[in-house]
Order: sequence, then C-alpha cells, then structure tokens
Amino acid sequence: MLSEGELFTGPDPDEMRDFFRKKTKNLVNKLTTVSKAVSELINDGNYIAVGGFGMVRLPTAVLLEIVRQKKKNLGFSGHTATLDCAILVAGKTFNKCDISYVIGLEAFGIPKQTRKYFETEVNYTEWTNAALAWRYKAAAMGLSFIPIRTMMGTDTAKYSAAKEITCPFTDKKYLAVPALYPDVAIIHVHEADIYGNSHIRGITVSDQDLARAAKRVIITSERILPTEFFRNNPENTTIPFYLVDAVIEVPFGSYPGNMPYEYFLDSDYIRNWIEAEKDVEEYKTFINKNIFECKNFYDYLNVNGGFEKMKMLRNIEYMIDNKKGN
Amino acid sequence: MEEYNEMELMICISSRLLEDGSVISVGTGGPCAAAMVAQKLYSPNLLITFEAGAVAPLLPSMPVSVGDSRTMFKAIQTTSMSEIMESLQRGMVDYCFLGGAQIDMYGNLNSTLIGSDYRHPKVRLPGSGGANDFGSLAWRTIVMTPQSSRRFVQKIDFITTPGYLTGPGAREKSGLPPGTGPYKVVTNLAVLGYDEETKRMMIESIHRGITLDDIKVNTGFELLIKGKIPSTEPPTKEELRVLRDEVDPLKLIIGKEAV
Repeated sequence: MLSEGELFTGPDPDEMRDFFRKKTKNLVNKLTTVSKAVSELINDGNYIAVGGFGMVRLPTAVLLEIVRQKKKNLGFSGHTATLDCAILVAGKTFNKCDISYVIGLEAFGIPKQTRKYFETEVNYTEWTNAALAWRYKAAAMGLSFIPIRTMMGTDTAKYSAAKEITCPFTDKKYLAVPALYPDVAIIHVHEADIYGNSHIRGITVSDQDLARAAKRVIITSERILPTEFFRNNPENTTIPFYLVDAVIEVPFGSYPGNMPYEYFLDSDYIRNWIEAEKDVEEYKTFINKNIFECKNFYDYLNVNGGFEKMKMLRNIEYMIDNKKGN
Repeated sequence: MEEYNEMELMICISSRLLEDGSVISVGTGGPCAAAMVAQKLYSPNLLITFEAGAVAPLLPSMPVSVGDSRTMFKAIQTTSMSEIMESLQRGMVDYCFLGGAQIDMYGNLNSTLIGSDYRHPKVRLPGSGGANDFGSLAWRTIVMTPQSSRRFVQKIDFITTPGYLTGPGAREKSGLPPGTGPYKVVTNLAVLGYDEETKRMMIESIHRGITLDDIKVNTGFELLIKGKIPSTEPPTKEELRVLRDEVDPLKLIIGKEAV
C-alpha cells in the first residue's frame, strides 16, 4: 500500500534527542503572560498541538491570543479539534493539518466558514484518533514510528502518510505511523505550580504523551498552587516541570469549553458561534467582538457574561438546579 | 399501540442488541442513548467506555461531547485516549456504534468527504475521529442511521471506516484483526445484518408499517433477502418510558429529527 498524504513534521529521533538534551530543565519560575508566551514561544510556520478534547479542557486564552497576534502558516494537529479548530480558523492561522477530527463541533453541528476554510485553504493528511494519539506516544517514547492495527484497507490509510510493514516476529501486517513531535503543545490544566508541574483531573486524553512529544510546552492553569501540592502527593503530577516552558494562571481558562469538576461548557455560546458562521458579515462581527476587540481573556469573559455566567456554568457542572427556591 | 418517533424507534431497537456483560465504546447521540437504555433495562453490567478516556460511568444525562464531564460521572476510571484505544486493539471491546454520511453493501462507512475528487471535495466532513479505530478493532460494529438512497449507496465517495471492504476475506487480507467487522445496521425502516458467505448486507426484520418496497426505494444497492422476513418488535412501553423519563428527559436526542 502506498500512502499519498504529506508528512508535515520530521520523525527523526536523533534530531529530537539533540533538541531535548539542550532543553533547559532547571527548576525556575516560569510564570508569564498569555501574550508573552505566544509571542516568545510560537513562531509563524511552527507546528502546534492542543491538549484536551475539543471543547473539553480547552486552552482558550492562548488560542485567542494566537489569532490576535496574527500568527500565520502554522501546522496544526487536528486531533479531535472542534472549537480549538474553529478559533484557529477564525484567524486563518494554519494552512497544514493532520486530520483525525476537525471542523465539526460534535453534537452541536458544523460551522460553515470553518468547513469552507478546509475546503479551500488547508493542505491536509488523514489519520484517526488512535493514530494521532499513538503518533504522540511514539514521539514520547523517543522513537520514529509505532506499529498499529487500525486504518488498514481504507482510504483513510491511503491519504495518510502511514506505511505498511510486516512484523519480524509474527509476519503480521501492521501500519507504521510516524512519530509526531510538535514544535509547541498548548495544554490547559486544573492545577500547576510556578515551575510548570501540572495536575489534570479526570480524563487526560493524549496530554501526557503530547507534553513529552512537544519541543515546547505552554501550560495554562485554573489556579497556581504551592509546590507542596506536588511534593506531598507526587501522584498529582500529570506533567512534570522539566517538560514545561511557560505557565500562566487563567481561571475559567477553558471557557466556553467544559472544565471537568469546575464548570460546564456554554452551549448557548457554541450555538451562537455556529449561527454566526452562517453569514460572512455576521461571522466577521462575531470574531471582532470576541477576539480582536478583547484586549485579553478577562475582557473576553466579560463580553460573554462575566462572573454571573461563570457561576451559572459552575451550577450546571454540579447539576445544581439554581431556578428553585427564592 | 405506543406512539414513537424514528429516533426513539432506532434507539430502543439498538438497545436490545447489547447483551449483559459486554463491553462497548460509544460516541454521543443516539448510540449513547441506546447504551443507556440497555444498561437500565437489559444489560446492567454493560461496560461503557468513551474514547476520550472515561471508563464505566453512571451517566446522569446525555453527554454533548465524547469527553465532557457527564462521561466521567461516577466513572470507575478516567484515563487516556490511548489506553481506551489499546483496550480495543487488545480485543477487549465487543461492540462499537457508528454512523456516517454514506454506507455501502459491505458496511464500509464514509465520514470524510462528499465528492469524487479528494483534493477538491464538494463537501468536507470532520473525518474519522475514532470511527475507523472502532470499526477496525471492535469485534462487532453496529451502525444506527436513517435509511435513504442518498446514504445507502452502491459506491461510497471515501472509505473512512472499514466494513467488509470488498467482500469475504478482504479485512483479513488488509491486515485487520480477524473475526472483527460489521454486525447490524439499525435504521428507521428495518434491522439489517450481513450474510455470512458474501458479507453483503441483508434484511433481518422490517419495522411496523414499512413495506419491502419502502426499503428498496430507500436503498441504492440490492439488499439480500433470505426466506420470510419477520417484522421487528416495536419499542415497548418500558423502553420508551426509560428513554423518555430517565435517559433523555431534555429531549436532546429524541427531540431531534433523525438525520
């Protein structure tokens, strides 16, 4: 089987060993601002990957800032990329994409302009959710590929950049998928300390492998805690400090996405986004109001209902009926 | 006689396919509702997993995302996507539930694009997501979808997810794990299965009020027929009660038209 898809990132493990050897692993204070992290760590043409799962544990502040700073020609890992994808499309920030799932907002539907962008302006290669998860895993292991048993026999494989191989032990056929080493990973977490030690509650999706696979890691966190939180209970450390390059405290940072155990997603906002994309002018107005006219993430939260809204979303997360009583 | 809409019909019928003690990977929407009805009525030990990482939750309400908080509610474990996918690859998952924009007579599914030119599609769709992984690795693939000649086509534009590919032996030849593949298709008109010899889709039972002609008109390929076709047992009072009162009281799924 010959695959036709383009490979956007090199999988050479020795190049990566040289990079990781030189990467600073000092225990230093990495607290910074969203704007600085984006301007210093993300360059035009870089390949970026976003943690969480679509609208769940979304690093919204950084994504909005990438658009605001008008980053261009990025490569993007479309690993269940839903609202993250729509935000990055709003600024036309990327033009290369490894696709497992893009454009759609799961149960909410498909935003029209985001779809059109993929139909006209993106060079893409097909994968699956497992394939991209395992491509991160191969990189996290310091390898150049990993053998997998999905995709075979399909057009998904044909338009991927995978290659067929034979197992040297069993003679079984596998697909070899290349390790994916992104330039930058952006991950939102529940707790972090100033050094970048990070704790994720609930599902980790692919973020442990992603944090190890990426050359640079930007963490946004609901809250910054003392390092004792990690020192006293090292099982709290989902991502250790030596992988991390920047830490920013962003309460409600996943909004309008869901932050498990903290607040639910804002269904109305997501429906409004889809609605706005139906009309080019309305879309422009919506993007201006939500991204370009907001000077930072707190502006953005205020434009969208501020603290009252956050309180409501917290109630929904905890399934508290706030309409009862007085 | 109980009244019900097409979505309710498909969900109730699908819920009967999942035997107690089996393991299933589901997405959001109808399939998730079917798994929830099954768990409450037929399969208390049904082990539900979500590809984003949730294992065995006690779903309090319909999730809107495969990774949202509801999928983790009182879960036994919250883990990674690779752990869920690796369980599938190890052969631990009996069922998966899929949909798609197009399906052919071998159960191959398309959720990638509409059009004949890959580089210039008429309509670009989201892509595989976990569908190809589920269809490749789960022992049995169930599809729940409304039936129309636009969806049930002779040749799909893109094989996103493998059914029986080109027929008998094709999955194994391609390298997919042996013994896996399409199992049932539950539509608004009928329950469809697969002929063991030819691996082609066949009619297993027809829903109440539907004729064979209705099915033929809404299918773009020839469905196999073997012997006399029984009629599907319609949704029971109990199934509908559980679905409406306990599973989807906000009508997020059953309030939608089946599209």
